[in-house]
Amino acid sequence: MALMGDLFGKSPIRPMQQHMRASLECAREVLPLFEAMAAGNVSELLPRRDKIDRLEHEADRIKNEIRSQLPKRLMLAIERRDMLEILDFQDSIADVAQDIAELVEIRSMTIPETLVDSMLDLVRRAIAACEAAGRIIDELDKLVETGFRGREVARVEEMIDELSRIESDTDELTERVQRKLFALESELGVGIVFWNQIVGWVSNLADYAERVGNRLRLLIAS
Amino acid sequence: MDASWFGFSPVILIAGGLALYMAWAIGANDVANAMGTSVGSGALTIRHAIIVAGLLEFSGAFLAGGHVTDTVRKGMLDMDLVSREYLLYGMLAALASAATLLLGATRLGLPVSTTHAIVGGIVGFGAVGIGPEAVNWPQVGSIAASWVTSPLLSGCLAFFIFHITSSTILDREKPLEQVRRLGPIFFFYVFFIIGLVTLFKGLKNLNLDLNLPEAIAASTLVGLVGALIGAFFLSRVAKSDRADQSDHRFSQVERVFVVLQILTACAVAFAHGSNDVANAIGPLAAIATALQEGGELAHKAPVAPWMLAVGGAGIVVGLATWGYRVMETVGKKITELTPSRGFAAELAAATTIVLASRMGIPVSTTHTLVGAVLGVGLARGIGALDMRVVGNIAISWVATLPIAAALSVFFFYFFKGLLT
Repeated sequence: MALMGDLFGKSPIRPMQQHMRASLECAREVLPLFEAMAAGNVSELLPRRDKIDRLEHEADRIKNEIRSQLPKRLMLAIERRDMLEILDFQDSIADVAQDIAELVEIRSMTIPETLVDSMLDLVRRAIAACEAAGRIIDELDKLVETGFRGREVARVEEMIDELSRIESDTDELTERVQRKLFALESELGVGIVFWNQIVGWVSNLADYAERVGNRLRLLIAS
Repeated sequence: MDASWFGFSPVILIAGGLALYMAWAIGANDVANAMGTSVGSGALTIRHAIIVAGLLEFSGAFLAGGHVTDTVRKGMLDMDLVSREYLLYGMLAALASAATLLLGATRLGLPVSTTHAIVGGIVGFGAVGIGPEAVNWPQVGSIAASWVTSPLLSGCLAFFIFHITSSTILDREKPLEQVRRLGPIFFFYVFFIIGLVTLFKGLKNLNLDLNLPEAIAASTLVGLVGALIGAFFLSRVAKSDRADQSDHRFSQVERVFVVLQILTACAVAFAHGSNDVANAIGPLAAIATALQEGGELAHKAPVAPWMLAVGGAGIVVGLATWGYRVMETVGKKITELTPSRGFAAELAAATTIVLASRMGIPVSTTHTLVGAVLGVGLARGIGALDMRVVGNIAISWVATLPIAAALSVFFFYFFKGLLT
């Protein structure tokens, strides 16, 4: 008859934060990967990719755990559907990082010299977006603490605004890289297709980070 | 009924044994639910919870257990229609059926309320053994209705208390400063409630009768003393201001709520003792009255303090022999509850139970507390609540009454055959 005990389900808030941290780790690893590519250090690509793979598996594990612990009978502080959507966006960050590492490693890509600076700028800014999303998800427990009201909500909304600004930056940076990239069309040949793919994916990192924020914005506005 | 054993009639021995078992079961199961939130949020260790619960359950039962006991004893049946013998068999049957039901439910792990079981038992023998006209249906109806309204009320209260603590403390620039400023008000309220319930009804047992304004004045005094103690305590706990800026800006505040939550847990234990002791002692008191030759069946004869003491002691023994294990289980499962929401839930539940026992209505403490927790959950203050448990409660609620009633009818004829 330990009724009160049974009433409490396992809260998914902390696992959500763990998952975001794992995804963020994946995204962070993209920078050293690109630095190796910029330095022309091809032999370093495989260990970098392996590391991202491991981190992505960890994110997957947490994701599956959260999913299996969200039966419909739970009444959640954040609705089940919203929670799963945010989880998907978080997970996409890890997935995209993995896709980038995979393609880069398989094709042993190194960054053409004229692209290096703008490319690394883009990567840094995209990771900054993921970091911002991570900080926002870190606030989830405090949102629950205050019952999704007042000052804490305003605080998180500001953080989401900041995330949006970072994401807009990555849009500009993406365009800049693309302009430089397309100037290299004759030089890179068919390789330009893959480069375009990579640039798109890096920019996606920021997009998914922004979607995490935007989904949360809808949720705390209601 | 000539047989006697060391001067005690066998009937009172059987009844006393069953009542003790009921009290034991209440202590073993229900108290853990009442105190579990404090253990789960880390406000109290299990050892401390047992000590606090034991003390307050006993004083609640002894000082303030009379009102509800009277209702259980005579409020649900029309005593003019109940003969002395039938009252004996019936109350024995109610105790036996509730005890059987509790044993079975505990083995099957079902959430059965002792309150519902004993009320079902009394209605059962009354309606079938004596006749439907013997049952005071409006009273029974209002008791049954209170089983819906009490969780609802405590849920609403918890919802608002959580919002109040949220908006006045947690949702402030400097929550720590805020809790230092407003904390005494919460202390006041908690002490006021405890004072009110004690003075209001409890002191009757000690032949100290206060009227309403006097009781309120005295409770206000108790509350003010509590606020002073609280202010002193807060000035010691909440020193550091840097905490407001840090990432863990709520953890300092939660430390203040730990104190408040312990206080409200005390209030819940007290209220629980005063409300639930009746489940064990009410029928026993009725039997004892009926056994007194020439005793006034219906109206006078108050519940003897020694009976309340026996009930309180039974609860404490149940707590000490078995309750700590249940509390351990409950505490381990409730780890997501922070002290501020534990405080909201417990304050709401305590207020509701105190109100109910003031009106002499036996409510289920556990269900009231579940309602309060749901209220905080609806305010989006708890990560995850298992709604299936709420469904189980509704089912067991509906099932307990007829089962207890049927068992009680069976035992009624059993005791009737045995004792005549």
